[in-house]
Amino acid sequence: MTWRDLCSWTRRRDSSESERRLESNLPYEGEKSKNQPNRHYAGNAIKTTKYTLWNFIPKNLIEQFRRVANAYFLSIAILNFVPSVNAFQPQVALIPICVILSLTAIKDAWEDFRRYQSDRKLNRRPCLIYSRSQQSFMERRWKDVKVGDFVRVLSNEIIPADILLLHTSDPNGVCHMETANLDGETNLKQRRVVPGFCDTNSTFEPQNFNSIVVCEKPNDNLNHFSGFEKGNKKTGFGIESLLLRGCTVRNTADASGIVVYAHETKSMLNNNRPRNKRSKLERKMNIEVFFCVLLLIFMCLIGAVHVIWLESFSTIPMYFIPNSDGTYTSSALSGVNMFFTMIILLQVIIPISLYLSIELVKMGQVYFITQDVDLYDEERDIRMQCRALNITEDLGQIQYIFSDKTGTLTENKMVFRRCTIMGTEYPHSENATRLALLAGETDADEEVIYQQNRRPPLFSLEEAQDGPARASARLPGNSSLHRSRVTAGASSCMAFSSPMETEVVPDETLLHLMENEEDKSYLDFFLAMAICNTVVVSTDTARRQGVTGRRNSALSSNPLECMEGLFSRATCCKRLRKSLEKLTCRRDSHAEPFDMGQTSFYDVSAFTNSVEGFDEDENAPGHRSNVNRRPRTGSSPAAPLEVCYEAESPDEAALVHAAKAYGFTLLERTPDHVTVRLPHGKELKFKVLDVLNFDPVRRRMSIIVRHPRTREIIMYTKGADSGIMEAAETQGDLDMYARDGLRTLCFAKKVVNEQTYSAWSIRRQEALAAISRKKELLMDTAADMENNLTLLATGIEDRLQENVPETIRALREAGIQVWVLTGDKLETAVNIAYSCMLLDHRDLVFTFNTESKREFSIGLVIDGRTLSLLLDDDLQTQFVELCSHCRSVLCCRATPLQKSRVVTLMRHRLKVMTLAIDGANDVNMIQAADVGVGISGQEGMQAVMASDFSISRFKHLKKLLLVHGHWCSTRLANMIVYFFYKNVQAYVNLLFWYQLFCGFTGTAMIDYWFMIFFNLLFTSAPPIMFGIMDREISAFMLLQLPQLYKRGQQTGGYRRSTFWIGILDAFYQSFICFFIPYWAYEGSDVDIFTLGIPMNTVSLFTIILHLAIEIKSWTVVHWVIMVGSVLVYFIVSLAFSALCISCNPPSDPYWLMQQQMADPIFYLICILTTVVALLPYFLHALRGTLMPSDHLKARQIDQLPPHRRDQFLREWRNLQELCASFPSV
Amino acid sequence: MGKVQVGTGPFARRPDNSAFKQQRLPAWSPSLTPYTVLPVFYLLAVVCVLLGVWLFITVENTHELKVDYTEEGTCIRCFELRKDPIQARNSCDCVVNFNIPKTFPGDVFFYYGLVNFHQNLRRYMDSRDEDQLVGRKKSLKSPSSYCEPFAHDEHGEPIAPCGAIANSMFNDSFTLTYHPPDGAEVPVPLYRRGITWYTDKNVKFRNPPTNTTLQLAFQGTAQPLFWQQPVYELDPADPSNNGFINDDLIVWMREAAFPNFKKLYGILIRAETPFSEGLPAGNYSVNIIYNFPVQYFQGRKEVVLSTVSWFGGQNHFLPIAYLVTGGLIFIAAIVLTVVYVKVGRDGKNMEE
Repeated sequence: MTWRDLCSWTRRRDSSESERRLESNLPYEGEKSKNQPNRHYAGNAIKTTKYTLWNFIPKNLIEQFRRVANAYFLSIAILNFVPSVNAFQPQVALIPICVILSLTAIKDAWEDFRRYQSDRKLNRRPCLIYSRSQQSFMERRWKDVKVGDFVRVLSNEIIPADILLLHTSDPNGVCHMETANLDGETNLKQRRVVPGFCDTNSTFEPQNFNSIVVCEKPNDNLNHFSGFEKGNKKTGFGIESLLLRGCTVRNTADASGIVVYAHETKSMLNNNRPRNKRSKLERKMNIEVFFCVLLLIFMCLIGAVHVIWLESFSTIPMYFIPNSDGTYTSSALSGVNMFFTMIILLQVIIPISLYLSIELVKMGQVYFITQDVDLYDEERDIRMQCRALNITEDLGQIQYIFSDKTGTLTENKMVFRRCTIMGTEYPHSENATRLALLAGETDADEEVIYQQNRRPPLFSLEEAQDGPARASARLPGNSSLHRSRVTAGASSCMAFSSPMETEVVPDETLLHLMENEEDKSYLDFFLAMAICNTVVVSTDTARRQGVTGRRNSALSSNPLECMEGLFSRATCCKRLRKSLEKLTCRRDSHAEPFDMGQTSFYDVSAFTNSVEGFDEDENAPGHRSNVNRRPRTGSSPAAPLEVCYEAESPDEAALVHAAKAYGFTLLERTPDHVTVRLPHGKELKFKVLDVLNFDPVRRRMSIIVRHPRTREIIMYTKGADSGIMEAAETQGDLDMYARDGLRTLCFAKKVVNEQTYSAWSIRRQEALAAISRKKELLMDTAADMENNLTLLATGIEDRLQENVPETIRALREAGIQVWVLTGDKLETAVNIAYSCMLLDHRDLVFTFNTESKREFSIGLVIDGRTLSLLLDDDLQTQFVELCSHCRSVLCCRATPLQKSRVVTLMRHRLKVMTLAIDGANDVNMIQAADVGVGISGQEGMQAVMASDFSISRFKHLKKLLLVHGHWCSTRLANMIVYFFYKNVQAYVNLLFWYQLFCGFTGTAMIDYWFMIFFNLLFTSAPPIMFGIMDREISAFMLLQLPQLYKRGQQTGGYRRSTFWIGILDAFYQSFICFFIPYWAYEGSDVDIFTLGIPMNTVSLFTIILHLAIEIKSWTVVHWVIMVGSVLVYFIVSLAFSALCISCNPPSDPYWLMQQQMADPIFYLICILTTVVALLPYFLHALRGTLMPSDHLKARQIDQLPPHRRDQFLREWRNLQELCASFPSV
Repeated sequence: MGKVQVGTGPFARRPDNSAFKQQRLPAWSPSLTPYTVLPVFYLLAVVCVLLGVWLFITVENTHELKVDYTEEGTCIRCFELRKDPIQARNSCDCVVNFNIPKTFPGDVFFYYGLVNFHQNLRRYMDSRDEDQLVGRKKSLKSPSSYCEPFAHDEHGEPIAPCGAIANSMFNDSFTLTYHPPDGAEVPVPLYRRGITWYTDKNVKFRNPPTNTTLQLAFQGTAQPLFWQQPVYELDPADPSNNGFINDDLIVWMREAAFPNFKKLYGILIRAETPFSEGLPAGNYSVNIIYNFPVQYFQGRKEVVLSTVSWFGGQNHFLPIAYLVTGGLIFIAAIVLTVVYVKVGRDGKNMEE
């Protein structure tokens, strides 16, 4: 039973209630378990192992025999025990299947043992549980934690279970928590003590807790939780009071609470096993296996000839053996027997080791992909990960790529660009110039684009536009998701690769206006920017503490890694969700001179990097204030605390930084207060009355504060333009921003009078305490408040990721259609499409939206509403037809559901291989495609969790597809064809031919042990090595010539004809391998096993040399394995012949090999047979040299010296461009 | 970028930048171009042709003579006699005359040949007990089940040697006589021992250990059904050639690969004239004790006299195959050359 089963089982138990009720365990401490109130809930010990010591063998066997192939081979082995049918000694015939089974079992056992180890490690972690008898928190182990226990977690410790926060050491009742282990988001999340229980001054006395906690049943939604506590009064709480298992407590000395979920924690329920997809090649291969079965049956029918042969004798010959009672089996029956005997004899035609070999090959391929240093992201210390282990070769056959934009094509790193306040536009041109310069320094290519397109287009608030659909596309239980929590992941400090980017040069005009007039609206605008967010302020020192702790915890052990072990089938597939330490270090290390003493704490390499990155500062001392100090804003350089912003979404960080540039520095945020320092040094402390968090339906967030001076209740709202009532004079500017590719956010303000607020507040409290309709009620109350707003606006830029245009161009050249499906506004989307070369300026762009139909050519831009029409049944065919004529398609304003429908439609209608790539949360789209790729980037990790492969940059897609995809699919296809060839050739046909001479009785002229060795020892390693390591064309050439990818696309490198050619070749070669020895020995006194030796040997030579012709690049490993295989053959054969006198009755291989190797005719036969058998294949392999394919040319170019190679490549590309410009020719 | 220690440091997860892990191991990529392929082809062709010529010359110097005696000469009588199962035990002698047109120089091997006798049928092949033949007492008394139904006789006595192979042992015997044109007939002396593999005689086949006579060692066992004498009396002339280590038995027990086969019967003793140079040309007769019935399987029996070369008996296949192969490769090489010269411009372009 897996842990999931366990969970569902326990879940079933409390499914009698719609909610979970629990109370404190303390009054019942020491009592029997049947009196425990929370006994029905699973304990905290985790068990992810599949097997126990006792049930391993039976359970593993059952598991293995679920595979048809294994069952097939077992039944054949059993058939061998039937005396009238058997072809070999039954015991020996069991050996191959046993070897295969035990190899697999060892693999499974090892994996399970690793799971067990990590379980144990996790279960034995220490934690503090309150004990009534000791009147204090005692150290226990994680596995001892039960629902209803009181647990205290100290700073930098990992939370052992889902705990409802009841007390913290923080005077405000706040606890900070880092969720990097859970979702990869590195910013700190704030959790609050359950309201009403917040007795912050006194120490926490669990014994005084006598309420009943009622909460929802365990579920996997990390961002939603609701329940209430029923003591004297009913107090509601939500996710903001829940500490999640696996997260780390930061910046808080200690936090205590009651355990609500022990085993069924949200993090456990969120862990998914690696996905088990079947690749296209494998599906194709199964058909070949079926052909093999047919072939086998056909060949076995030759057994029937035995009957005819028998009939040709008038009397029974003396060498025909009667049954033990002296009678002879009737010829019909013996025909049937013969049929089965032949099946046993020729069973190898269906390769027993093929499936195991494919698995091994794919493991090797995955290993090499994840080891690729080019796919490693230094900035975030993330490797490429493979979650799906068995679709590596699908990467080589991609025809369509569907890409999201946010966080995929773009960095999702936001920079404040320009704003419009009360209808006046402030372009911030200085800032723009600086950013362009910065971009130019970091990436020369990008600068070109900047210039071409005025500004790299950014995009409007996707979260807002996607909102409703996102929610509707989710499972009902998840729909109350707060996107600001889920998706917007990066901390302010980490959202930028360079601290320079966080800086904003204030617009002179605006600054001037502000200083002179102190206009109220400007004040409001910047105040809103500074406080209307969920940014957490942490001091640098506090943050460092966090880092320190994390370093320690990383050293000791990371629960995530433990958990990872459980679900990963191979080490290479580990989930890498760990924090982005390097960046943190970098920021820290150059923050302040007095920090330098502390930097020794970190690795020197990190420090050196940080120094490099900071060279610019020395040239421009004025810019030295990186994060939070600007001399002109008047904040003192000697400020005692360095503030650092932990934002949940990059745009929030950008806005706070922008506000700071204008002197509005967010200093502190607690649940009750927000402190802002004004430009002139005054500090304003706002009392926070309420926060209406972001949700995708409202598409905005609000904060209600009481102004410290005017005592007014003010509500600031932030959201997408469509989320906030539109004001006419600003709309023009917003449109202009969108055209520039900027993402737009609007701020609004509302002054609320006291009566309205207090009335509203009561309803709000009720809504918060509700469980069943909490979501709707909260939404309603929020909507009640958020009306009659006054508008302000701003624009934010999202930078394009590096090398995106090059990657898209390369993918295009590789014959892959790239589509962008985004939720952005049309203008924003088109703009970004131009800048990433998805649309070319020479293209005629045909824009579809319901209002206008312009002229059409190659590029197609579709609006979301139109898309929904096109996806209707009656228009689908035309839509697909239209799309197939387009070079590029851009869908904007598309909902996640539409995205996945588009992918599904193209996949089914055009029968193409599709790849979906997303950096955030479009799980639907990723799962709809054949291959899902997630970008582990700034936003949430949902896409990554659902993906088959996760990379950290869009540009990595190029190498992943063009190189690894190409390699994997070519290797695997070649390997499979070779495998079929090998099995047909090696014995099946040799044995088959021999039947013509032994009365079709199923005699094998090769000792059965040799056969076993042959398949398991002599010829198993080369194809596996071939499948993992062969390299037809170097990575360099594949990247230089993307068109080489096209071959894999059309055929997958594996055509049915290839298979049949392989089989025909196998027939020819086996014919030669049989008949040359036959004729050479014809009429001589050769005995049967002596005949088998040269046949065996020439088979081996042919097979190995055949592979040698196939191998395109010989590395040391190739040599070792190929030569090793031949050596092992001779060594093992000689040893076996020398040792086995009568060990294998009734065949007698004693001294055969030695006898043969002393006989010259053996060598004459070996040479002649090998040459003749391989001649046609050699000629077949030669045919390419006459009309060299692109691949062959590329290989030849690759071998030239570098300068000539480059020259060739240039010529080739020129030629291609020439061809492309005259398509008719 | 050296190797970063795993588990620590900011690049903790960075993969090793080693040639193996980055798949950048130095590789030799042979490419099939005319310049590499054609020389190999020509060389192969020359080697094959030369080998073929050498083999051909060798084979031309070997001699072989087959005499089918199934119904030849006086043997027709025996042949008819053996058709009748009742008469099976009656002995029958016959003589077949033949002529050797050309002297067989050197060592001459005397074989008996059988046609259409399938020693390679699966169940026939399996019908033996290696353990018994290697002299294990236990197997002597309780033969392996593979021997069924030739493991025990009708009295339940274990058969030694058991199994169908031993049971159907070829039991004709031959005496070869040379008729010189000028004098009295001379019996051709044959080594009847030393005709087995050394390892068979000394390792694989052993008599059951005994301190006394062989007969006592085999006490409690029965002779195979078709045999006329027990296994310890196979060679009345040479007591040390009896039991499981009898050369004829060993030769027979090595099952032939094909239905038409020959097995060694004896080797010419070249100690005395006129056989010191081999078998001289002339008339010969072979006297056969005709026991082995072949009509049941539509078979034939023959006597084969042969000299051997360094690679075996007279077999024209290998030299011809080498010659043909060499020729084919040569033709292929020429065709390739022509094609490359005529069409191969593209290929050349790529080379330059």
